[in-house]
Amino acid sequence: MKKYLNLFLTMLKIGLFTFGGGYAMIALLENEFVSKKRWIEKDEFLDVAAIAESTPGPIAINSATYIGYKKAGVLGSAVATLGVMLPSFVIIYAISLFFDTFLSLTYVAYAFKGIQICVVYLILSAGVKMLKQTEKSIFNIMIISVTLVCMVALSVFAVSFSTIFYILISGTVGVVVYLLGKIRKEKKHDLS
Amino acid sequence: MIYLELFLTFLQIGAFSFGGGYGMISLIREKVLMHGWLTEEEMLNMIAVAESTPGPIAVNMATFVGSSQGGFLGAILATLGVVLPSFFIILIIAALIRNFMKYAGVKAFLGGIRPCVVGLILATAITMFMSTAIGFSGIGDTLATDFNGIIIFAILILINIVAKLAFKKKPTPILMILISAGLGMLMYSL
Repeated sequence: MKKYLNLFLTMLKIGLFTFGGGYAMIALLENEFVSKKRWIEKDEFLDVAAIAESTPGPIAINSATYIGYKKAGVLGSAVATLGVMLPSFVIIYAISLFFDTFLSLTYVAYAFKGIQICVVYLILSAGVKMLKQTEKSIFNIMIISVTLVCMVALSVFAVSFSTIFYILISGTVGVVVYLLGKIRKEKKHDLS
Repeated sequence: MIYLELFLTFLQIGAFSFGGGYGMISLIREKVLMHGWLTEEEMLNMIAVAESTPGPIAVNMATFVGSSQGGFLGAILATLGVVLPSFFIILIIAALIRNFMKYAGVKAFLGGIRPCVVGLILATAITMFMSTAIGFSGIGDTLATDFNGIIIFAILILINIVAKLAFKKKPTPILMILISAGLGMLMYSL
């Protein structure tokens, strides 16, 4: 029981104090569970972070679920996930109740018009940052540019084509390119 | 049945959005606009709120949209929906597939998705810019260019460049949001 409570409270604390989303939360999780509590080895934590980034869903939720499971099984993962999301649920639910009233104030509405532009800027700069970090292989550049051009063009012409398809197609292309490469290598091997 | 619709839509978002944080925004935007749950402006407001409050953006968006469409129960169902897929996927990986990241097929699949997410974020930012600053969201729209918006955008870029040169550090998103709130009040009230 104490184990679950400890897990829940620690995750609650992390959920309450991380601003700036997934990557910021990974640093906090590492500090808490690797350095302070020593529940998880450094190597395993790096695996957790890699898995959390590679699977769908919010990174923070993914890492909390994984750490909770490692520490205390299925119930532990449920407790950990609940703990990490509870603070934001309560805060956002409270905000949602009076947000419209708040926005009906003229100056607040003006402020949010500025903020909307800022959010577009933040998303763009997050994209540019990810672009810089991406390895500039022909494969990556092809996928990025095809996705970018298709999505902008289709939205301009108001054709609906779900983001889900882009994800699934790109993943499949990745697998096909890998298999083709493997077949080619084997052929070379047979010849020599 | 709004509750079921909320739950299933956010279940889809939870299952198919890769990359965390801003990586998830393209799918959230698509679904939320498609259902008419939020307008583009309302969505940008919420992203700013999510960015300024603790917790993952996707969870924050789910809670807000759920609450605005279906009250408290809606908020719970949407939030549960967005979290459940990753919860089960991670549980399976943690319990059964120890070397998940080491399988060549998984690596190849993720290797295709990673650049795709970069393209999606950039495309989302571009279409958002077109619809908020130029007032263009599709062919046939009459343009309603928001010059104040474009000026604010330029000022934000400038602030970023100056901060990088002077302090060798980018301003935090929350600081940028506060600055743009001030700029918005100033420019739109003139």
